Amino acid sequence: MKTPIVQIDNLVKYFDISGGFLEQLQFNSGKVKLQKTEVKAVNGVSLEISQGETLAVVGESGCGKSTLARTVIGLYPPTSGTVTYRGERIDTLNAKQMLPYRQRMQMIFQDPYASLNPRKSVRQTLEEPLRFHRKKITAAEVDERLGEVMEQVGVNPAWRDRFPHEFSGGQRQRIAIARALVIDPEFIVADEPVSALDVSIQAQILNLLMDAQDQRGLTYLFITHDLSVVRHVATRVAVMYLGTLCEVATTAELYDTPYHPYTRALLSAIPRVDGTKQNHIKLKGEIPTPINLPSGCVFHGRCIHADDRCRMEVPELLQVSDASGARVACHGVAEGRI
Amino acid sequence: MSLLEVKNLEVSFALRHGDLVALNDVSFTLNKRERLGVVGESGAGKSVTGFAVINLISKPGRISKGEVLFDGERLDQFSEQEMRTIRGNRISMIFQDPMMTLNPVLTVGTQMVETLRAHRNISVKEAQKIAIRKLGLVHIPSPERRLRQYPHEFSGGMRQRIIIAIALLTEPAIIIADEPTTALDVTIQAEIMDLLIELCNSQDMGLMLITHDLGVVAEVTERVMVMYAGKVIETAKTADLVATPMHPYTRGLINALPGHGVCDTDNRLQQIPGTMPNLTEIAPGCSFHPRCDRCQDICKYTVPELQKVVGNTDRFVSCHFPGEGQEW
Repeated sequence: MKTPIVQIDNLVKYFDISGGFLEQLQFNSGKVKLQKTEVKAVNGVSLEISQGETLAVVGESGCGKSTLARTVIGLYPPTSGTVTYRGERIDTLNAKQMLPYRQRMQMIFQDPYASLNPRKSVRQTLEEPLRFHRKKITAAEVDERLGEVMEQVGVNPAWRDRFPHEFSGGQRQRIAIARALVIDPEFIVADEPVSALDVSIQAQILNLLMDAQDQRGLTYLFITHDLSVVRHVATRVAVMYLGTLCEVATTAELYDTPYHPYTRALLSAIPRVDGTKQNHIKLKGEIPTPINLPSGCVFHGRCIHADDRCRMEVPELLQVSDASGARVACHGVAEGRI
Repeated sequence: MSLLEVKNLEVSFALRHGDLVALNDVSFTLNKRERLGVVGESGAGKSVTGFAVINLISKPGRISKGEVLFDGERLDQFSEQEMRTIRGNRISMIFQDPMMTLNPVLTVGTQMVETLRAHRNISVKEAQKIAIRKLGLVHIPSPERRLRQYPHEFSGGMRQRIIIAIALLTEPAIIIADEPTTALDVTIQAEIMDLLIELCNSQDMGLMLITHDLGVVAEVTERVMVMYAGKVIETAKTADLVATPMHPYTRGLINALPGHGVCDTDNRLQQIPGTMPNLTEIAPGCSFHPRCDRCQDICKYTVPELQKVVGNTDRFVSCHFPGEGQEW
């Protein structure tokens, strides 16, 4: 077992959306009460990310995957639970104590049109993290470092004084990656880094991310909704549904033998090019709102295998068998019904 | 005769420094019950093709050459008045984002009745009846109640179903769907894809599916045309195209798909170098030549024509050195 670089333990993140005092007033059987409304985005997620691996978190919109990523990197404080980085708790640190960790963790966002400041040249964008984190760095060193990193991501270093609007979407994403790489992080959270890009560009960026991983020994937490991308880049996959983990397994195992009914439905829905037409597994109903979570297994309302136990009792993430490392949160699988 | 026939269509936009040709010599046909895919990356001209069919190119753009024949009539010469009897009536369109296409302050019922009454001389009651029937057709449960609800009360997938129901109201002969599943989650996308296939068959419609996703095209369509920089570069039966692409760009697109594509030894995807050229700076000769691994001198100077592939009547490719067979 490799050493975990990031450990997430029972992470919970709720967002309070109850608004002002008057909006919180509720009449309930003749009494006036103050009631809080919360979006339960992440509910008790535990994960380990090992050195050098790519852990992909997949799920549909609203399942909490981006919230999980942002909480891990410290952009949101968790409601409860812990995030440990190389054995040190980082979720309770204040901004100043967090600084040394910020150098080691970086983030890449989905939309390179929104994540780059349009009024900053490439040089200014890339310089900022360097100058901020390495106060003593000389101008010559900055220049050298910039050239190096731009070269690596495949943007001509001679273009460092250009502005984002002069670049295409793919090149902007390269610059966003360069910004993350410039201070030599060891852990990168990539939130849908290729979703906004065309297929041919998507392949270029995925290759670039994988090259960077090989050269620098990076660890990725890769957030995406695209299961084909996951299959290509990830070493391990965590499937999320409504703020909880359904299944965690190595990529090969997950695509080979998916256990959880939701994972199966998700995999059957991927459109295929090879002409082998799949029967899409139809899920009944719709994703419930994360404000009022269903009792028991969060998936029970849409699952064809659901029984009374599923409606009452929350399933735990259990190892399926000794042979495989796959962990599944499903009563049906645990009982051998599915 | 085909239901829809587009011949040598050229769309250009008049800019200050001359004309920008967004579509160049695009020809295709669409029959009843046929499902045609239009694939390409952003800027390839797929949406413009869709808009050109229903004569909806806005200024400074115009159809500068070619013909659009629908049921034997030249749509490109129709007046705006005449087009209104076609658009949303005989030919309907579905767009990507269902929240942008529905009016958030009107109930779904109001919007459906309005659409119907714009084209048919019927009472509100009758229109509602038809609306309910169409909502049933797209598998929306309890349509009578749903008719009184507002768009925000529906989920994304349900909204897209409503859009499809609205498109079906007037029993169109053709539906043009521009990226209908792109904004949706995979499981919902799968449902909408199944629904579109089902409706084409049950309602006798032709479908023109515009998308960037080869997977969606492979699952939904029977025939496909691949576009690049405003031109059709390859057209074939969908099964043939994905199994044995002939144009280097098509091959590149398929090989670049993660999870399906060909990987080299380090598990890297095969990538097409560079990006699609801006329409103002298209290279002479074959527009794909700067990115092509089979490029020869002739490609740099001579524009390849879309030619019929020997031995296959339904297959055309525009390349000086088309590939053959699976591995090349």
